[in-house]
Amino acid sequence: MARPKKKKNKEIFALGNEAVVEGALLAGCDFYAGYPITPSSEIMEIMAQRLPKIPNGSFVQMEDEIGGLGAVIGASLAGRKALTATSGPGFSLMQEHIGYGCITETPLVIVNVMRGGPSTGLPTSPAQGDVQQARWGTHGDHSIIVLSASNVQECLEMTIEAFNLAEKYRTPVILLIDEITAHTREKITIPNEDEFEVFNRTLPTMPPEWYKPYEETVRGVPPMPAIGSGYRFHVTGLTHDVNGFPTSRPDEVRELNERLFRKIDQFLHDVQIVEEIDTEDAEVAVIAYGTVARSAELAVKQARDLGVKAGLLKLKTLFPYPRKATEKLMYRAKTIIVPEMNMGQISREVKRVNNGQVSVRTINKVDGQIITPAEILKVLTRV
Amino acid sequence: MADIKGTQLIHEYLRHNKKFPHVFCSGCGHGIVLGSLIRSIHGLGLSKDDVCIVAGIGCSGRLAAYVDFNTVHTCHGRALTFATGIKMAKPGMHVIVVMGDGDSMAIGGNHLIHAARRNIGVTALILNNNIYGMTGGQCSPTTPAGANTQTTPMGQMEQSFDCAKLCTAAGANYVARGSVFHVKRLDSMIMEGIMNPGFGVVEIMTPCFTQYGRKNGFKSPVDMFHALKKNVIQSDRFDAIPEEERGEKVPSGVFVKKDTPGLEEKFYEMAARCQGGS
Repeated sequence: MARPKKKKNKEIFALGNEAVVEGALLAGCDFYAGYPITPSSEIMEIMAQRLPKIPNGSFVQMEDEIGGLGAVIGASLAGRKALTATSGPGFSLMQEHIGYGCITETPLVIVNVMRGGPSTGLPTSPAQGDVQQARWGTHGDHSIIVLSASNVQECLEMTIEAFNLAEKYRTPVILLIDEITAHTREKITIPNEDEFEVFNRTLPTMPPEWYKPYEETVRGVPPMPAIGSGYRFHVTGLTHDVNGFPTSRPDEVRELNERLFRKIDQFLHDVQIVEEIDTEDAEVAVIAYGTVARSAELAVKQARDLGVKAGLLKLKTLFPYPRKATEKLMYRAKTIIVPEMNMGQISREVKRVNNGQVSVRTINKVDGQIITPAEILKVLTRV
Repeated sequence: MADIKGTQLIHEYLRHNKKFPHVFCSGCGHGIVLGSLIRSIHGLGLSKDDVCIVAGIGCSGRLAAYVDFNTVHTCHGRALTFATGIKMAKPGMHVIVVMGDGDSMAIGGNHLIHAARRNIGVTALILNNNIYGMTGGQCSPTTPAGANTQTTPMGQMEQSFDCAKLCTAAGANYVARGSVFHVKRLDSMIMEGIMNPGFGVVEIMTPCFTQYGRKNGFKSPVDMFHALKKNVIQSDRFDAIPEEERGEKVPSGVFVKKDTPGLEEKFYEMAARCQGGS
């Protein structure tokens, strides 16, 4: 976990986007490729300044988002920890490469600063409309890790988390933040090196002739050597056998696809990060993420002051959807409220878990404005 | 796998644990390009570990899987973007990109011109057979005017790209065109392309009898090689022919040879300055 233990460290006044850069560099990121797009551009701009100053750091501005993620995958295969950041339209362009990252098991981090959509939409207005796109945007059935952050400090922490999960599970990790978090300036604490863990991908220990790039391991995650390190193997987006060569043999195809799911699904306790606020005795609970979780936190406090037993489940991992935490909440609460800046992309997951047990209320807003604490409080006090 | 010795040079480079046979049709020129690439790498004395072959999608994309280097088979049209990342991350590696004409000039056209403009130190081999082979013989950006394909059954009406001119205009450091008939010259072009700094392009004219030749009046693959022999001529001889008489002839040779340092060289030089504290 990347949560700092004590908070008496270097403090800076930073934008959410700046905090993403700080987190990435702390996690060991030394490669950035991308294409600027509002409201994520600051991440790229600051990376252009910072990366040349760190040993081995490299930065390249590509001709489009497809090129950006392509270069990131290439760099990751060559052993780097690589990042790209984008916003809605750019994220849509990246989808094919996300699938490539999944099947080739390439660790990488994509930050999507969500803006209003569809299409060019609202370039500098907040939204949470890319949640299901992050889960299912690319073709094919696959597992993926999607994280979110609701304030500037969390931008830093969740970026470190994103890199750690990417390296640990050899998979693309998507960090969703919204325009408000990205462009809010807050005081944040930069943890010292000994206050958080940094994971690096497992390197093979066997001699190159013995190495099989996609062989099953105990954790389901094969070791990954860098291109040029003496291990010569084939990487392909085609469904491949344990040696990395294309195959259509049903047993080999099934084995690969099942392992890609299993390697993440057997570690849900590690992957699913949530924060619970006042949920022990909550009769009415809010499930929220991103900036809306901040509004919800205040609304829950205000509701408590008014004598309503309210609680908040803040989702820091959106996918794999934190089913257990949600179920636990449903044993106690009579009503669940899901506010989000879309027409119900996470409430769909909540309802799926709920399966008709308790009443689920949604608050949906798609006008490019944040959901205010007052709006959540109104529903909290009414139910 | 490495201790199996064959009788030919290629046997030292083929992957013996790969399930053969390969996917290429009889009469295809891609195998000749692979042979030429192997001879070039061998001739330059490069270590297998220092070579990375990045390929796109299509028949030419399959070429990477057969040889014992670091090999990456990427998404359609995006090979150059992966190669850019690899070269920036490992500037000491020889990154060679193998693409088809559709891969490089249609879906990947933008990446091609920007790789040339950026002058990233990779070598692109563009296997131009004037057709989409693996998808079943549809029209490509280099299909000659009037040619019959699955998507131009009444003849191609669009103009076609001149790959060498396109890359020259976009700023590539090294631009050459050869053919699979003129193999000795092709070997030297690929060698030169690999050793030249910055972005290098070798456009290779190669026949596709299965998808192009059969529909366009060629009786056999041999016919297509005869056509290559006749039509791909040295650029000085080509220039001497009056424009109206050039017909199907294509100039070959080295068109551009510059020594401008590649993007990765420039970047790391700048980074060294930044880290030097000045």
